Amino acid sequence: MDAPTIVTSELPLADLAQKLRPAAAVPPELAGAPTADDVEPPSAQETAPRALFEDKYHRSTGRFADRVFRLATGSCAAVVASLILVVVLYMVKGSVPAFRDHGLGAIISPVWDPTNQKYGALAFLFGTAYTSLIGMAIALPLAVLTAVALVEILPSGLAKVLSLAVELLAAIPSVLLGLWGIFELVPLVRRFEISIYKSPLGLRRLPIFSGAPLGVGFLAAGLLLAIMALPFILSVSREVLLQVPRAQREAAYALGATRWQAIRKFILPYSWKGIFGASLLGLARVLGETMAVTMVIGNTPQIKASLFASGYTLASVIANEFTEAPSDLAISALISLGLILLLLSVTLNAAARIMLFYLNRSAGAPQVAK
Amino acid sequence: MMSSHRLRKFHGRLMETVCLLAALAAVVPLFAFLWHLVAMGAGAFSPALFTHLPMPPGELGGGLKNAILGSVLVVGTATVLGIPVGIGAAVFMTEFARPSLTSALRFACDVLSGVPSIVMGLLAYQVVVRPMHHFSAFSGSIALAFIMLPVVVITTQEMLRLVPHSLREAGHALGIPAWRIASSISVRAAAPGILTGAILAMSRIAGETAPMLFTSFGNPFLSMDPKAPIATLPHTIFTYAISPYEDWHRLAWGGALILVLGILGATLLSRLILWWHQRSLNS
Repeated sequence: MDAPTIVTSELPLADLAQKLRPAAAVPPELAGAPTADDVEPPSAQETAPRALFEDKYHRSTGRFADRVFRLATGSCAAVVASLILVVVLYMVKGSVPAFRDHGLGAIISPVWDPTNQKYGALAFLFGTAYTSLIGMAIALPLAVLTAVALVEILPSGLAKVLSLAVELLAAIPSVLLGLWGIFELVPLVRRFEISIYKSPLGLRRLPIFSGAPLGVGFLAAGLLLAIMALPFILSVSREVLLQVPRAQREAAYALGATRWQAIRKFILPYSWKGIFGASLLGLARVLGETMAVTMVIGNTPQIKASLFASGYTLASVIANEFTEAPSDLAISALISLGLILLLLSVTLNAAARIMLFYLNRSAGAPQVAK
Repeated sequence: MMSSHRLRKFHGRLMETVCLLAALAAVVPLFAFLWHLVAMGAGAFSPALFTHLPMPPGELGGGLKNAILGSVLVVGTATVLGIPVGIGAAVFMTEFARPSLTSALRFACDVLSGVPSIVMGLLAYQVVVRPMHHFSAFSGSIALAFIMLPVVVITTQEMLRLVPHSLREAGHALGIPAWRIASSISVRAAAPGILTGAILAMSRIAGETAPMLFTSFGNPFLSMDPKAPIATLPHTIFTYAISPYEDWHRLAWGGALILVLGILGATLLSRLILWWHQRSLNS
């Protein structure tokens, strides 16, 4: 039950240390004279008492090398920062011919037929949304319950082993899960579909179970997405649970709660916002998943409510058709689908990060006071 | 009828069991995958897998030599491009930038690391393939470098943040120039962690397939020319997996086993490095 405070205490303290650094490094009376590059606020190395201890040689070479080093590392940082602008710019630029040709309205047209210059994206949007929904509906409850088991119930040794196993699951490339999907999951799904098809209750008349039991389709893709989202949601949820202050647990037990009551009434309510952030991150990841989905979804651009129907997603149509695109316009249309993916993932990620950031701050505050 | 105390105890036990079952269910896919992988992959594992080139469809035998070497070349080039820039950016963020700039850059990296890899492939296509007018190993490396960059920055920055400030302050007190403090104190102290992050980033890009489809493109022959299309292991596995040929499926599983051994090996190696490092710090 001991809450490892590494995650919780470290972040605010590191921030604090960062803020205090210039002041803490040098008492004001020791601070050297103000330096030439006044553009930056005086940081530790400029206010350091170099006048007292340094010889001339070190001062000159040190200062020059400092500038070179700062410039070099700074330009690395500029590369990273500009990458996000570059990717947005190029994706917009690449989509322009498509938008100019058939306008934004094509997004809501269901007909995709590049050879006849029909570029409707609706079937792909539907496929991405449907498979992500299935994946999240399976992964989210499983991840939250597993996180509870890891943090609150299991002894820490066993919890560590299980976390490692889930981490390894996250390390398996998507294409290999797709390979496994083709040869093991799809036959399993097909057997399940056949049993529904034959069931005496007439389940196959329900819209979500209608259609031929093919194995490939939304259900198989959704299951693979659930497997891929699970480690991600789990690791963030676990951190959120670890951040619940110890006092919260102790208060629950002091009131005579059982362990489950403490979890349900005292720990989970404290964590819902963080878990919501975690699921946004998981959703962002699932939306852009390409290979595994492409291998098991059946690759048919159609809009059907049945779990058993074949479909297509934004990412998998790009993967399948890009190198076989019949015209530059078709390539541009595929890039515009990529732009949709990019905007979705950036929005979801940014929203989730901002949420988790504010959560960390408010969760961290009482701990600093402690 | 049970007393309320016993009822809530029973309810608690029940729900805890549900949680434990969920935890069990969470690891089932991993073991199902590994079981199937070993069963299928072991049958395909042979020296020929490493030494032979693929056969034309329908002919038995052959190996994945070109794909293995291709992956090594493409991932190696991406690492050479991505890791130094990533580490440099992280050093700037922890050692030189003011806190607001650091958190802005960190935010950019977090968002970048969530960009789907296929989109990074589309970017590399437009930046490299289109101007060159043909697919190439180099464009694949660029795509992978884009993907690994934010990952390297994030892990390196986390590791640099763990270096105690007193170490840097000791450096300042001795009058050591800032660049030496950054390189010989901060980076040096965080080196095992940075190495771990670099290995993890490499193992992540080694399995990337989607961006390779329209950058490195694939090649049934052995090629080591960065300007020509090249086969990579994950892409070859994809092509073989969706092919109708039994023997190609066998090769796909063999390739999958190689890839997983490489990735799991790298993951375990990185954990070992960290564990070593922590032990030497504690002693």
